Amino acid sequence: MRAAIRAATATFLAVLVLAGCGRKPSTPEAGPPATAEEKVLNVYNWSDYIDPAVIEAFQKETGIAVRYDVFDSNEVLETKLLTGKSGYDVVVPSAYFLERQVQAGVFRKLDKTRLAGLANLDPGLQASVARHDPGNEHGVIYMWGTTGIGYDADRIAAIMPDAPTDSWSLVLDPAVVSKFQGCGVSFLDDPTDMVGTVLLWLGKDPNSQSEDDLKLAEEALLKIRPYIRTIHSSQYIEDLANGEVCIAVGYSGDVLLARDRAAEAGKELDIRYVIPREGALMWFDTLAIPADAAHPNNAHAFIDYLLRPDVAAANSNYVNYATANTEALALVNDELRNDTGIYPTPEVKERLQPNLAKSAEFTRSLNRAWTRFVTGR
Amino acid sequence: MTGPGAVPLGQRINFWIEDGLGAIVRSPVGSRLRRWGVTGKALVASVPFFWLLLFFLIPFVIVLKISFSDSVIAMPPYQPLFGWASEKVLEIKLNFGNYAFLIEDNLYIKAYLNSIFVAAVSTLLCLLIGYPMAYAIARSNAATRNVLLLLVILPFWTSFLLRVYAWIGILKNNGLINNTLMSLGLIDQPIQMLQTDFAVYVGIVYSYLPFMILPLYANLEKMDLTLLEAAADLGCKPWQAFLKVTLPLSLPGIIAGCLLVFIPAVGEFVIPALLGDPGMLMIGKVLWTEFFNNRDWPVASAVAIALLLFLVIPIMFFQRAQDAESAGVHK
Repeated sequence: MRAAIRAATATFLAVLVLAGCGRKPSTPEAGPPATAEEKVLNVYNWSDYIDPAVIEAFQKETGIAVRYDVFDSNEVLETKLLTGKSGYDVVVPSAYFLERQVQAGVFRKLDKTRLAGLANLDPGLQASVARHDPGNEHGVIYMWGTTGIGYDADRIAAIMPDAPTDSWSLVLDPAVVSKFQGCGVSFLDDPTDMVGTVLLWLGKDPNSQSEDDLKLAEEALLKIRPYIRTIHSSQYIEDLANGEVCIAVGYSGDVLLARDRAAEAGKELDIRYVIPREGALMWFDTLAIPADAAHPNNAHAFIDYLLRPDVAAANSNYVNYATANTEALALVNDELRNDTGIYPTPEVKERLQPNLAKSAEFTRSLNRAWTRFVTGR
Repeated sequence: MTGPGAVPLGQRINFWIEDGLGAIVRSPVGSRLRRWGVTGKALVASVPFFWLLLFFLIPFVIVLKISFSDSVIAMPPYQPLFGWASEKVLEIKLNFGNYAFLIEDNLYIKAYLNSIFVAAVSTLLCLLIGYPMAYAIARSNAATRNVLLLLVILPFWTSFLLRVYAWIGILKNNGLINNTLMSLGLIDQPIQMLQTDFAVYVGIVYSYLPFMILPLYANLEKMDLTLLEAAADLGCKPWQAFLKVTLPLSLPGIIAGCLLVFIPAVGEFVIPALLGDPGMLMIGKVLWTEFFNNRDWPVASAVAIALLLFLVIPIMFFQRAQDAESAGVHK
């Protein structure tokens, strides 16, 4: 998810969905025999979410030509997958989306005998993804991360020296967050993540599908609505970096990116990312093969290639997100590996919860509640 | 001047098409066509009809079909309308629940009304800014006129999205306007302009202004200026002549310009999403949420169809009333 470098927003993508219709890389045919598969692979991944050298090395080693397209939101990917005949062989949905796409029959079961590298994946993280995709039969973890808080430590300290920066109260307690209205607070425009987070703070199950819990979360959200400046899922990267906001609920790697951007622009901002003590939701981006993929063999070869420790480490270093590959950890940059925001300590890991897909009815109530929050200024 | 150069290009193209298609009709193959009453003219007229059929009517019918369907977790995520109940019984299930739903929940009405309000204000602003500009262009001399027209069209050569992004750079807290004002010492604190309704109006008016200017210009340019002389002879001051002659005569241009701005502005999604306050409720955003977040294609389709009906039907009545009126005038 959130392979961040997006100046573009989900909006932009709406346009791309339409524009993209015409450029299907190939027409999938039903189940080609395992031996005779043309040396082509069509990959659809998040933008800026792979080390380009990895693709080149894969092409050189296997002789498979990779056609690589990118998207910027799960919704865009999902629309293509649900319409069918996407023409792609490997796609990278987040686990939350993978879950409902598996239910819709979008994906092919993985042939695990051809994915030797699966053994390298962290069993704990695999178990979390199995709550989305029972038996990990359709998706392989590519990167993972958390939804926490990014903040500008100096400005927070100047306004409120004893600010609870290790708690969701920083952004959810009206008495606290109201102090930061002037310097700017940003929320993600992501109803499931945000409502789940509020439920965590309230001491409830973040995956609760009870209307009563939703109501509690909505009441809590409405109380702080006046103090929230922006509600957007990628703009906060830019806004944190140039000081337009000083607190942003955001995705781990994106906050890190904001810090790097600020440094590039020559600003000395102490931007930090924290996983609050109440816990946080974690997300996974998974590699999956559409049921109608024309080149499933090449797809398996590519996924197994990405599971190699050196390749996984190269990608993690390049995109600043965490790999689930335990064998790769030693090869990851020290700076990244020691960043507990990206690679949390085992104690923190225990407080992380997956964000499971909700029923269609609950999703509707959830989005309706979210709209009331967003427009309830 | 005689010769082909005097004929406007558009007309010439029409001649070519008509000649070409006429040749087909006159050819031996065409004799059969003629028997069915197919003429060159009919063929020419059929081109835009075919276009509308292919790119408007068929997509519309598909969306209409989905709007009567039920949402399911499948590919595609809605139930087919037609099914075979038994070998010989075709079953058609129409689900009107999606439309009932739009009325039950006040979200849709509120979003729709708010979109109309925003579009109406934007249209009015476009008219107030665009009319003097169109007037000035129409009354300037031929050489200047072409340059001015080119300037109106010029922004279209850059991507619409890029131009909206440029406004982010202009309006944001450490953007062009705020930095200028602050360096001049006029303000100490940046003025919050981005993520306000003001920014949305700036974006919409900026983006759609050419659609107001061009039809107004086309209308004003054709106006018979001797009418103004006559008005002056009869004692009208220039502003009276404007109100009594120019303005009423330019009404068709005003209506065309207003419709061209108003209709796309109602469904506008990109500008409010990029420049506006997230709390600004617009029907375009609601449609997006239905389609992408709720993944409810049937309700999203129902919203789209309802929007179309709410917009198209009043406009059709309006158009008819206009036609009736102008027919009455010419009698």
